[in-house]
Amino acid sequence: MPEKRLLDIRNLDAFYGAFQALFGISLYAERGETLAIIGANSAGKSTLMKAIVGLVTTRNAEIRFAGGELAGRPTQQIVREGIALVPEGRRLFRSLSVEENLLVGGHLHRPGPWSLANVYDLFPVLREKRHQPSTSLSGGQQQMVAIGRALMANPDLVLIDELSLGLAPIVIRDIYAALPRVTAAGTSAIIVEQDTSQALAVANRVYCLRGGRITLEGTPASLTRDAISAAYFGV
Amino acid sequence: MEWANVILQGILVGGLYALFATGLSLIFGVMRLVNIAHGDLIVLAAYVALLCVTQTSIHPLLAIFLVAPVMAVAGYGLQRILFNRTLGADLLPPLLVSFGLSVIIQNVLLQIFTADSRKLSAGAIETATLPIADGLAVGVLPLLMFVAAVAIIAALQFMFYSLPIGRALRATSDDPEVARLMGYDNRHLFGVAMALSLAVVAVAGVFLAVRANFDPALGPSRLIYGFEAVIIGGLGNLWGTLAGGVILGVAQAIGAKIDPGWQLLAGHLVFLAVLAFRPEGLFPKVDG
Repeated sequence: MPEKRLLDIRNLDAFYGAFQALFGISLYAERGETLAIIGANSAGKSTLMKAIVGLVTTRNAEIRFAGGELAGRPTQQIVREGIALVPEGRRLFRSLSVEENLLVGGHLHRPGPWSLANVYDLFPVLREKRHQPSTSLSGGQQQMVAIGRALMANPDLVLIDELSLGLAPIVIRDIYAALPRVTAAGTSAIIVEQDTSQALAVANRVYCLRGGRITLEGTPASLTRDAISAAYFGV
Repeated sequence: MEWANVILQGILVGGLYALFATGLSLIFGVMRLVNIAHGDLIVLAAYVALLCVTQTSIHPLLAIFLVAPVMAVAGYGLQRILFNRTLGADLLPPLLVSFGLSVIIQNVLLQIFTADSRKLSAGAIETATLPIADGLAVGVLPLLMFVAAVAIIAALQFMFYSLPIGRALRATSDDPEVARLMGYDNRHLFGVAMALSLAVVAVAGVFLAVRANFDPALGPSRLIYGFEAVIIGGLGNLWGTLAGGVILGVAQAIGAKIDPGWQLLAGHLVFLAVLAFRPEGLFPKVDG
């Protein structure tokens, strides 16, 4: 039933110059789904996210999104089609305040459920700090701004790269607690994680990457710990 | 009173130097482009003003409203066609291309207008003065230049910190790749920044042409004044740039008062002192 598929990637090879980072990736996400992409460092997870939004050169790929073809199109157009990426390391705009970061995220005025007020309801701590420089926030709060900034674009699909990397456990819990409200608002999500247990708890389906290839896919319930370990570490 | 007069004149000339510097500072701030052709673009604007005045017999100061849009459109085109192709991680290619552009502008102007020096005559306003105290008077034209500099910097500050386009420019300056993820077309934003820069250049060029003689070779020395004002004031802070222009203007005025031959030297010495003791400038942008 391809109509249900929001994102449908076939045969994606990605390159950094002559170096090939991804090999024949095929992956899909249905509307309303949350996908987890797990894998060790340098498995190609971030490259896959960048390839979807056109920041990395792809070859041979078919990347169909909401019925249109994305491969080869510039990033700023792909974003207009309704995909937002929360980049690894948050990468907030340093010279902008918290609220300005959110406003920049929403500058295309794409219609949808997300507004400043809704983002502040999702992460109330940001409302208090709205006029502070984004650099004055803790790592976890910065991740909330980065997610809020992506949601402000009212995307149909939000990609969150390394959601929990380098964050305190208590903040990670808060952010994961907010995710169901994101998908309930109609936004599908792809979460890239090294912390497998957190990701498996919220995901409808999981893909595991190793060495630039998909080594495992399935629903969290159908995958045993051993199967995940084997796919993750290659042992 | 004599010294008060010297310092006052220096401050007002500083307004012109700030106008030279503002466009330079803006471009460096947004896209890390050191525009070596900036001074020549000021001189180009002066010649465009000359053409406007001779063709339409409009008053030179009103010509600003013709020259500024012309230069802004040219700036947008220049950025989209030329400079955007040179931008990247390496600062050198845009620097070299702007150096080439500088040579081209000088020689084209030389070819069309010859090396004769020209001037725009603004009539009575050039010599009009406002007495402000016994023995102390300000020229209307220098005062106008200073007011224009303050107004332009205030407008740019308002744009950068209160308007969506300003937020977009700051975001792109912070992280061009993530700005694309927000859906911004950086090539267009850089074009807008260059258009703004050259609109300010147009104002500077008209004042340059009204204030004194100009010829096609004048650009590089204006570039130096602009650079010095930017560095003295601190990168990325437009009010600092105004202060830098004023400090440069006052230093030159004091130098000239001591000995006419010391005018330029005094300005360069202040610049060297800042570079030696406070290389980040006197009022650097506070970045949290």
